[in-house]
Amino acid sequence: MRNNSVRAIALAAALPLVALTACTTEPSVTQTTGAGTGSPGTNGAASSPASKDWFDQALYDTQFKQRSATFEGNPEQPYLQYIAGPMTDTSKYAAKGPKKVCFANASISNPWRQTGWITMNQQLKALQSSGVISGMETRDAKDNDNTQIADIDYFIAEGKCDAFVISPNSTAALTQAVERACQTGKPVVVFDRGVDTKCATTFIHPIGGFAWGIDTATFLSDKLQSGDKVVALRILPGVDVLEHRWAAAKKIFAEKGIQAKDYFTGADPAEIKKIISDELAAGDVKGVWMDAGDGAVAALEAFEDAGKPLPVMTGEDEMSFLTKWKQTGITAMAPVYSNFQWRTPLLALEKIFKGEQIPTEWVLPQKPILADELDSWLQRNQGMPSGHYAKFGGEDLPGYPQVWQQRQMP
Amino acid sequence: MSTALNSGHSAILKQNRASRSERLLRALRTPGGAIFILLIVLLAAIIALNPSFGEPGSFIRFIGRTAPIAIAAIGQYFVIVGGEFDLSMGSVVTMQVIIAGNLIRQDDAKVIPVLVLMLVLGAAIGLVNGLITTLLQVPSFIVTLGMMLALLGLVLYWTGGAAQGNPADSFRQIGRGGIQNVPVLDIIPYPVLILTAVAITAFVLMRRPFGRMLIAVGDNPAAAALAGSRVWWVRTRAFIMSSLSATLAGILLVGYAGVHPSVGRGYEFTAITAVVLGGVALGGGRGWVLSAAAGAFALESLFTLLNFMGVQATWRDTVQGAIIIVAVAAASRSWQRKRKGATASAHDEQHQLAATPTPAEGAEQSEQGGERV
Repeated sequence: MRNNSVRAIALAAALPLVALTACTTEPSVTQTTGAGTGSPGTNGAASSPASKDWFDQALYDTQFKQRSATFEGNPEQPYLQYIAGPMTDTSKYAAKGPKKVCFANASISNPWRQTGWITMNQQLKALQSSGVISGMETRDAKDNDNTQIADIDYFIAEGKCDAFVISPNSTAALTQAVERACQTGKPVVVFDRGVDTKCATTFIHPIGGFAWGIDTATFLSDKLQSGDKVVALRILPGVDVLEHRWAAAKKIFAEKGIQAKDYFTGADPAEIKKIISDELAAGDVKGVWMDAGDGAVAALEAFEDAGKPLPVMTGEDEMSFLTKWKQTGITAMAPVYSNFQWRTPLLALEKIFKGEQIPTEWVLPQKPILADELDSWLQRNQGMPSGHYAKFGGEDLPGYPQVWQQRQMP
Repeated sequence: MSTALNSGHSAILKQNRASRSERLLRALRTPGGAIFILLIVLLAAIIALNPSFGEPGSFIRFIGRTAPIAIAAIGQYFVIVGGEFDLSMGSVVTMQVIIAGNLIRQDDAKVIPVLVLMLVLGAAIGLVNGLITTLLQVPSFIVTLGMMLALLGLVLYWTGGAAQGNPADSFRQIGRGGIQNVPVLDIIPYPVLILTAVAITAFVLMRRPFGRMLIAVGDNPAAAALAGSRVWWVRTRAFIMSSLSATLAGILLVGYAGVHPSVGRGYEFTAITAVVLGGVALGGGRGWVLSAAAGAFALESLFTLLNFMGVQATWRDTVQGAIIIVAVAAASRSWQRKRKGATASAHDEQHQLAATPTPAEGAEQSEQGGERV
């Protein structure tokens, strides 16, 4: 009897451990998908999730060049700009009258996606009042592949959609569902993360993760000496665009002799603070690199609390980071994963219904915010909440600025 | 028989009249005592790898940042030692963090009212957990799991799952600030003071009738009920204390880290692991409250040690998991040995003195009694 209970205790003791590991990995998986990062899946070979080495020289070179490419269109409307390339003829979709759009969204579980979601809804209102779109039915997959596949199949089965907009949760898992949507003969617009099929009418995304990694790591290497230590804060492993950001940065740090140590944080500010505190106890940290800006403020606070000189840092164009950057006067830059891309899918549909040509792969500009532009971006976004993204690109939409200031999820 | 009785009697006397140092040594051999040795070993290893960690200034900051999880572990201890689980703890932390962020915002005048609201909400959640578990007889595993999901859903609904703005700095000072310009230490973080207060309160509480009753209830609720204790109310109070400690942890975490829906995630499991690592028996009735807090410190030290050792980021979870399993297995082996081991003769005889006809079962019962705090 007693021995049994001892065994029971041992077993019971092991259970929370298993649960503990499950718990430390699982939420991060949710975070992953929530990471608001697109993956140029149709763009290169590096989209295999099983691939251990995320570095892809060809993709790296392409994105390196695209950083300085010329974009077609009006720079005042970056959400409509694109790099010249193959175009899709959409004359067969040309039709009159308002159309119904069905949107399968991966999630709105991080500030980047939330900001984009608000912008998209305001763009929808604009297109509704101009009579292009009758309405948009949205299903939120809450960071779950299976849910999103079911969502897409639901739209197909319902048969009431005139067009599909899909923001895939992950590359490989959603490929077949997107193909099924294509087979309905209706236009399909994929944006942010990609899928392994070219059947979509257009695939909209900013330049990509390697460009982010190149911009940020080059900045840090220029500002620091060879041998200096940089702490790299990463949300989680396994998401291609986040991995691309780090793969590019890691390569550049190694070339420039920067000592970079990477950690997974799950974007948890408490975890970030602990990591930085420990690193500061172990020696000087000269730079902080982030694969997404969520938690940048916590990282800086760790330096403040320890009474250490603030690092050179790369964050993101999230207001919390830009404000803290301004307050502290640190040497920093804000890489941008263009949030205005959330407008583009609906504007692409407007063109499609008119039968105009659109880029098959619609590569949007992705330009970081540097120190000399900081004040103007803060000025343009005055009164915006801390989770807002400076380059949201919705200044000309109805409801600006109140809708973004109140930040109520539609 | 009489010789056995005499020698047994003297064994008890010897044990009870042992010197302080001997009793301390004996305590250290129990899992609840061994955790302190493990903690010292871990800290020594960290300092050996990185001497600056041992400087008073950085060490007190380490205690400060570990305070929230240690407070949560103390809260979880009350529930576990009473024979139940509280899985809602992490969600309570997250909910309180979000409440602080959303209700206070930058308004200093709201700090006190919201603080009161948070404490009331925390107590209310504990009360609901406790009453459903005890009066409706639903297993606490299920009740608190349901509460965890319900609260998480509420947080998701409220925030959409993303970070909101941080509350006013005056509120964050509770978790981030401290008494400045202290000689030697440089700073005494407020979380250290709060943890000390919580630990002393918990220690005293466990020595008062409530604590004795809680352990009795965790060990054998039927016997405790027959002996006249109101089992439902004792356990409900344990749940209330658990939720209140989660609330306190949340308040400290808002200050330390800021507002984010990931703050508090997995806290219930970290707290349960800390409690188990502290030698507290799952199932209740055995273990020391301060060992649970020491378990939290050991766990945090382990994470820090792995950081300093430069274990690769992708490996860290696995290494942590393996070490924890080994530590807990060692602890439960140690309880087992103790039960069959050296002090058995003393306890056997104690029961013979009390004229118990069945020494085998009774001996173990009484031995447990000797184990308790």
